[in-house]
Amino acid sequence: MEEKFLSRNFTIDKAYTLPVYEEHGGYQALRKALKMDSDAIINEVKTSNLRGRGGAGFPTGVKWSFMPKESDVPKYLTVNADEGEPGTFKDRYCMELDPHRLIEGCIISAWTLGIRYAYIYIRGEMGLAIKRMNQAIKEAYDKGYLGEKILGQDFDLDIYVHASGGAYICGEETGMIEGLEGKPGQPRLKPPFPAVVGAFGAPTLVNNVETISSIPFIIERGGEWWASMGIEKNGGPKLYGLSGHIKKPGVYEARSGVTVRELLEEYGGGLLDGSELKGFIPGGSSCTVMTAESLDAEMGFETMRDAGSSMGTACITFMDQSVCMVRLAARLAHFYAHESCGQCTPCREGTGWAAKVLDGIEEGRGRMEDLDLLLDMMDNIEGNTICALGDSIAIPVRSYIQVYTQEFEDHIRRGGCWFPKWWSRNRVIDDIRTAAAS
Amino acid sequence: MSLKFSEEGEHEFNELVSHYPNTHAALLPALHLAQAEFGWISVEVMDYLAERLGVPPAKVLATATFYTMYNKSPVGKCHIQVCTTLSCAFRGGYHLIEQFEEKLGLKLGETTADGRFTLTEAECLASCGTAPMFQLTDSNGEIEYFEGLDTEEKVDQVIAALEKRCEQLPAPDEMH
Repeated sequence: MEEKFLSRNFTIDKAYTLPVYEEHGGYQALRKALKMDSDAIINEVKTSNLRGRGGAGFPTGVKWSFMPKESDVPKYLTVNADEGEPGTFKDRYCMELDPHRLIEGCIISAWTLGIRYAYIYIRGEMGLAIKRMNQAIKEAYDKGYLGEKILGQDFDLDIYVHASGGAYICGEETGMIEGLEGKPGQPRLKPPFPAVVGAFGAPTLVNNVETISSIPFIIERGGEWWASMGIEKNGGPKLYGLSGHIKKPGVYEARSGVTVRELLEEYGGGLLDGSELKGFIPGGSSCTVMTAESLDAEMGFETMRDAGSSMGTACITFMDQSVCMVRLAARLAHFYAHESCGQCTPCREGTGWAAKVLDGIEEGRGRMEDLDLLLDMMDNIEGNTICALGDSIAIPVRSYIQVYTQEFEDHIRRGGCWFPKWWSRNRVIDDIRTAAAS
Repeated sequence: MSLKFSEEGEHEFNELVSHYPNTHAALLPALHLAQAEFGWISVEVMDYLAERLGVPPAKVLATATFYTMYNKSPVGKCHIQVCTTLSCAFRGGYHLIEQFEEKLGLKLGETTADGRFTLTEAECLASCGTAPMFQLTDSNGEIEYFEGLDTEEKVDQVIAALEKRCEQLPAPDEMH
């Protein structure tokens, strides 16, 4: 069994409390970091090949180097904990089960970049994560890890939890900053990037929960060590969330570059009995859907791109033969229509229109020309909006039509859907078994 | 009737405001607090927050209506929100809705006549590995996940627990 890092405390009783966290080596990386200077830490992070764990995969060390060294106003760190990409459920575990790791990562990041205030922007729905983070922050203040003159250094940092109000779009970094400022989460045009003008008009570092939680390990053992547990340009162990039609859904830790097949078979326990793999979504609902042919693709940003999709959040959803791909595309279109912030016409109008056309195909009102219409619509959404939510519907919907063309055409030809209700999977599998036995 | 935070609420409100460089930024957490204190976010509540935070009522309206967690009309004591996105759809989210509809005697989007339960659908709640699941928000503002509800027995147990919980909860439509 590989040594665990990010998930090491997930199975330790009460590791979310300060005494237990310290007992298992907690806050030692911070002590080490406080003896290092800013450039040395940034170099370690660059060497580590740590990539942003929120889905975009931007090299963390490079992002850090964009933060201005000098600033007339206080600099901010905003931790993106607005985990909402369908299929993704790893950051919640980091906050519920190992909140001090995130706090320690925040303190080291702030020390490195001269940041005065940090906000952890958590989905308001995550009641337990909010509670655990607040408790952990309080413990950290009491112990002198937060507040003024941290561990005797000339270094002050305050951390606050900001509970959001429920909006997928606040996972987009500038939408999140708008939400932090109390406004509707409508993303901003970039540039300027948050490192220049972010929260409250000040230089702001935006990083994902898992990204910041990785920092203490990199400080403890060095950037080269972290990079060695991965593949080219993708360093370190990371968390993978596996769900869908598999035997052991859950969050697992493995190296960067692990194959989808390894994750499915060695971690996820394989598909459910009677299931055949129809497709999988490698990193959240905005990725291109992949089929069994791509099971040997390595989980890295470049390797997944070369395999025809993207790594995204690295939380994989596996789907068996009971899933109707037309219905799934329609369901996801409804999701994006619901979550579109309404700013840009292509996304606001296109998501709802796509949902209607897909519903029509699913319910037997489809026309063959609808498929070209949908593809045309997706081309007109992608790249024509302020943020990536437009791309997030265009990419998957196009892929469902292109990968499962026959299924879409059959829906139109046969006058609708022949798949059972979503949850009737067991019945389909039984029917298949009966058919096979006869 | 003019609204006022409870003593405890007032304390929490002042604490929240102290977390930000300006008062407008405290709006999201203040709306959560107000919902826990006043049951739901009426225009009256929005105006109260606008006054307390010194921001135009239009800004509060814009924010309160943008986010899904703020109820612009009263809901039941226990607000059940079932996730039906992706993995939850595959592993029984819609079946969970059907079971609640049958067992609680209501339709999706409705509140029971006794004001105890409201049932709605939610988008991905980041519990894909423990599908099917729902998020509970009670009228005290407590938010909790109930996960892995893959048998009827578990659903029955949860309903029994919630019925008991309702006895201790105030009715949102009477809270202000």
